[in-house]
Amino acid sequence: MTVSKRIVLHFPPRIVDQPIVYRLVKDFDLQFNILKASVTPGREGILVMELTGGQRNYDQGIKYLTDTGVKIQALSQDVVRNEARCTHCGACITLCPTNAFSLEPGTRRVLFDHAKCVVCELCIKACPPRAMELYF
Amino acid sequence: MLKTIAEINDKIKKGEAVVVTAEEIIDITKKKGLAKVAEEVDVVTTGTFGPMCSSGAYFNIGHTKPKIKLGGGRVYLNDVPAYTGLAAVDIFLGATALPDDDPRNKIYPGEFRYGGGHVIEELVAGKDVRLTATAYGTDCYPKRKLESWVNLKDINEAVLFNVRNAYQNYNVAVNLSNRILYTYMGVLKPDLGNANYSSAGQLSPLLNDPFYKTIGIGTRIFLGGGIGYVAWHGTQHNPNVLRGDNGVPRRPAGTLAVIGDLKQMKPQWLVGTSFLGYGCTITVGIGVPIPILSEEILRYTLVTDADIFAPVVDYSEGYPQRKPDILAEVSYAELKSGSIKVQGKEVPTASLSSYPKAIEIANILKDWIKRGEFFLTEPVAPLPGVESGIIFKALEERPILEL
Ligand code: SF4
Ligand code: SF4
Repeated sequence: MTVSKRIVLHFPPRIVDQPIVYRLVKDFDLQFNILKASVTPGREGILVMELTGGQRNYDQGIKYLTDTGVKIQALSQDVVRNEARCTHCGACITLCPTNAFSLEPGTRRVLFDHAKCVVCELCIKACPPRAMELYF
Repeated sequence: MLKTIAEINDKIKKGEAVVVTAEEIIDITKKKGLAKVAEEVDVVTTGTFGPMCSSGAYFNIGHTKPKIKLGGGRVYLNDVPAYTGLAAVDIFLGATALPDDDPRNKIYPGEFRYGGGHVIEELVAGKDVRLTATAYGTDCYPKRKLESWVNLKDINEAVLFNVRNAYQNYNVAVNLSNRILYTYMGVLKPDLGNANYSSAGQLSPLLNDPFYKTIGIGTRIFLGGGIGYVAWHGTQHNPNVLRGDNGVPRRPAGTLAVIGDLKQMKPQWLVGTSFLGYGCTITVGIGVPIPILSEEILRYTLVTDADIFAPVVDYSEGYPQRKPDILAEVSYAELKSGSIKVQGKEVPTASLSSYPKAIEIANILKDWIKRGEFFLTEPVAPLPGVESGIIFKALEERPILEL
């Protein structure tokens, strides 16, 4: 049976440089389709991908990833801004790895582009009034 | 041409007062010139909306039957401890207070989801809050245990009393270390990954009156969506810092202690706030009207973001170790451009205080005054100025040696 899932991978800084995705292909015969990536050497990297392959291979591939220290999330989660709570301070702007937040010129209101969000969850606890909410 | 506050109040009463915000006044004066605007404009309104930790509220919750003496006992509001070292049913709740069982930074970085500031926000929103208390019992106050819902509308006094708000300028926080920092200036990414600032800049109350010529003790203000007053200078009020040619402090300087009836405030202007790995606090909305009594006072309100400079401070070493080092000085115009240069590196900037909300506050205050609902007050005493000789002291520890 073939499975295909959309997942978010968090790479701790120490393994950002390793050819992990390559091994998924080679050792586990999985296919991948990168949807979004944010990897800087020396920092946490984030990769959103669609991973496809046989169920057994898929499970082993996921186990391999977890063993190397990669944190995995399903992309079924969703991050939504509670508009009533957002104070438009802007604290989230420099934290989001995919630049989902931007300032509206003139008004300086903080815009949230939901389409850019990869559900890394960084902003959830860093937003001072906790306006960013995670849904499952 | 000199105006008095009484004359301005007369105009407010007649609905004739000319009121503009500290942002609008800049362009108006550019077009019309100083002399004309000083004559025409009566009040400039300022605003700021940012996290302000030295905030809290005191309450008189009313007497139970039989009576209980909370003084010297323990009181919790939604599990957040309140201060009880007062008379029988007076308590004080600080914005940074945390429930006893909050894990704090034991699991680092702590989340600090709920604290005193959140309780204040919920009370102001009209929600019932759980009061639990234990007391030691006396002949005149026999009750020892109390568990009850309380609501802001049912208690006697509820007064917001913030001992330090509205900082006149503030640090820009950066991180020179190679690990992420969780501070009261937000999350600071390693190796100058970001720079966080917290001031409304050209809209900020004390930056529009740098020498405290109109703002003094007794000044009526917008506080948390209601009406409040300047009660005193705030703690750490430090007028004697480096100032620019325009008189504007280039370092954190003056502060305000403010007070007001919590019952008429609004939850959107008193927002419970959490700083990851640091703690809880409250984001407070403050707006101060500046009466344009003279050309000189008008000139101070013309300050723009480009004229206000803030020090860039390293929060990995400089700040915690109390080192005086300043990495750079940048203007609020630069900060608001989205990035600043520090040690040759382009550093993205973010704000902790909300500029759109500061504008909203300045506009609300403007409307109140225009509608004749808000009158200006004459300060009963000035805030300590540069001439006060105030010296900002640090605590030089004197170790207590056991004999
Ligand atoms: S940090 Fe939170 S409150 Fe501030 S702009 Fe971002 S989402 Fe809004
Ligand atoms: S969860 Fe927040 S920080 Fe992460 S990508 Fe989405 S918006 Fe950006």
